[in-house]
Amino acid sequence: MTNLVIVEHDNNKLAAATLNAVTAAQQISGDIDLLVAGENCQAVADSAAKIAGVAKVKVVDNVIFGHHMAENLALLIADVAKEYSHVLASATTFGKNVMPRASALLDVAQISEIVEIKSPDTFVRPIYAGNALATVQSSDMIKVITVRTIKFEAAIATGGSATIEVLNSGSDSGLSSWISQAVSGGDKVELTSAGIVVSGGRGMQNGENFNLLQSVADKLGAAVGASRAAVDSGFVSNELQVGQTGKVIAPDLYIAVGISGAIQHLAGMKESKVIVAINNDSEAPIFKVSDYGLVADLFDAVPKFDSAL
Amino acid sequence: MKVLVCVKRVLDPQVKARVKSDGSGVDLSNSKMTMNPFCENALEEALRLREFGLADEVVVVSVGGGKTQETLRHGLAMGADRAINITTEDALEPLAIARVLKYIVDKELPGLVLAGKQAIDDDSNQTAQMLSAMLGWSQSTFISEFKLDGDIATTTREVDAGLETISVKMPTVVSVDLRLNDPRYVKLPDVMKAKRKPMAIIELDSLGLDTANRLTILEVVEPESRAAGVIVADIAELVDKLRNEAKVI
Repeated sequence: MTNLVIVEHDNNKLAAATLNAVTAAQQISGDIDLLVAGENCQAVADSAAKIAGVAKVKVVDNVIFGHHMAENLALLIADVAKEYSHVLASATTFGKNVMPRASALLDVAQISEIVEIKSPDTFVRPIYAGNALATVQSSDMIKVITVRTIKFEAAIATGGSATIEVLNSGSDSGLSSWISQAVSGGDKVELTSAGIVVSGGRGMQNGENFNLLQSVADKLGAAVGASRAAVDSGFVSNELQVGQTGKVIAPDLYIAVGISGAIQHLAGMKESKVIVAINNDSEAPIFKVSDYGLVADLFDAVPKFDSAL
Repeated sequence: MKVLVCVKRVLDPQVKARVKSDGSGVDLSNSKMTMNPFCENALEEALRLREFGLADEVVVVSVGGGKTQETLRHGLAMGADRAINITTEDALEPLAIARVLKYIVDKELPGLVLAGKQAIDDDSNQTAQMLSAMLGWSQSTFISEFKLDGDIATTTREVDAGLETISVKMPTVVSVDLRLNDPRYVKLPDVMKAKRKPMAIIELDSLGLDTANRLTILEVVEPESRAAGVIVADIAELVDKLRNEAKVI
């Protein structure tokens, strides 16, 4: 087996999610190479070479990969992938965007969001918002895989000494170009890597009331999240969304405030180690998955919680 | 410009999937089925483009057997001009679906293909990207904004860090996210009108395409369920439990 892991990065820093994909590759067994494609991305290649267990880092430094546009990057991945039995990336919006395109160029199926590796050709993946787990066996020569990061520990980022190989590949399809990125949140704790998450739902009533949660989150060093209902109601922006159609997270502590617990929300947080629910409806489905439930008016309970911390 | 909208019939999102006791899959018999929510957003966007005069025809296409035509009729009732159903009773994988859709694109020559970002049954999130690759077209995935200006479209993508805006050459394939728009409700007269709209029915087998599955489903099981915990009396008890029992704060 030979594994190729596609490194996600911003040309300066390697994304933490890549470390989880490396662990998945380790579980498949065999050599692990990494592909870093970017512009002025030497720093990323250097940190990729330090990841424990990595044999080789292939680096393509070319302006056409500066913003990881799918058309150019998929062509590169499909080209490099031909020497490998497994090609993996994390199931982030980066991986979800480019990997199916590379997969089609290779004429192989993609196995999306795996949560377990049974053998080098057999994987478990959630379907129906995590209400069922399918074990699938691939007959393709090259297995293209995205990895659900919460189900694989991060690989150790230090101690490795992989060789770095510079490739002069890549051609510009000219099909797309990057314009801008609006990053919200500033110095707030990032949702997918937070140890504690405080989420609000429709019960928050408006966006301003999310300040109540932010105050609690600040004290706990936590990130703020939201249900789809809260996002659809325009209370907060979509990158805070936890659920089947948003982010799938598994913090040590998840506090659901004013969230009823729709199937699609549970899909995004039920792997959390400890779940707390605060809701005034004692029949809310969220209580069925909670370790600790408090039936109370959140506008009374959350300020009390805040001052008790 | 012709717009092709790819839609899928799925289990209603409000219904909980029931795993068959023999582990062969999810039981869909007698279940309420509906158009995949993301596909409704894709269709809504196409209809708005037509209403703004940027598109002159909206075609809905779906690959599937059973009552797939019911879902296409819903698309026609929403306002699509005509429908294409490629019929098969097999559950095709995204790679095969993309290949069938490529065949339709080559015949219909749309200037824009819209699809939902994922189907809420298999949650694969692949078909639009694969179709775009097979066509050699540009792609924008998970979009919440679409602006067409001649042979260039500007799209805003919902990415993990926030919003990314890119520019893509037309023709293009776009996969849409929920915040793009609010799909319209269908009124009874629209349902009546939809019955008279044209629907082409093509048997998959007649196309001679390689649609063999690459994955074998060995088993489908229910995930371990989480045991419900305790109800605490007040905030003081909650804080005490979190500090001293769960030790998470």
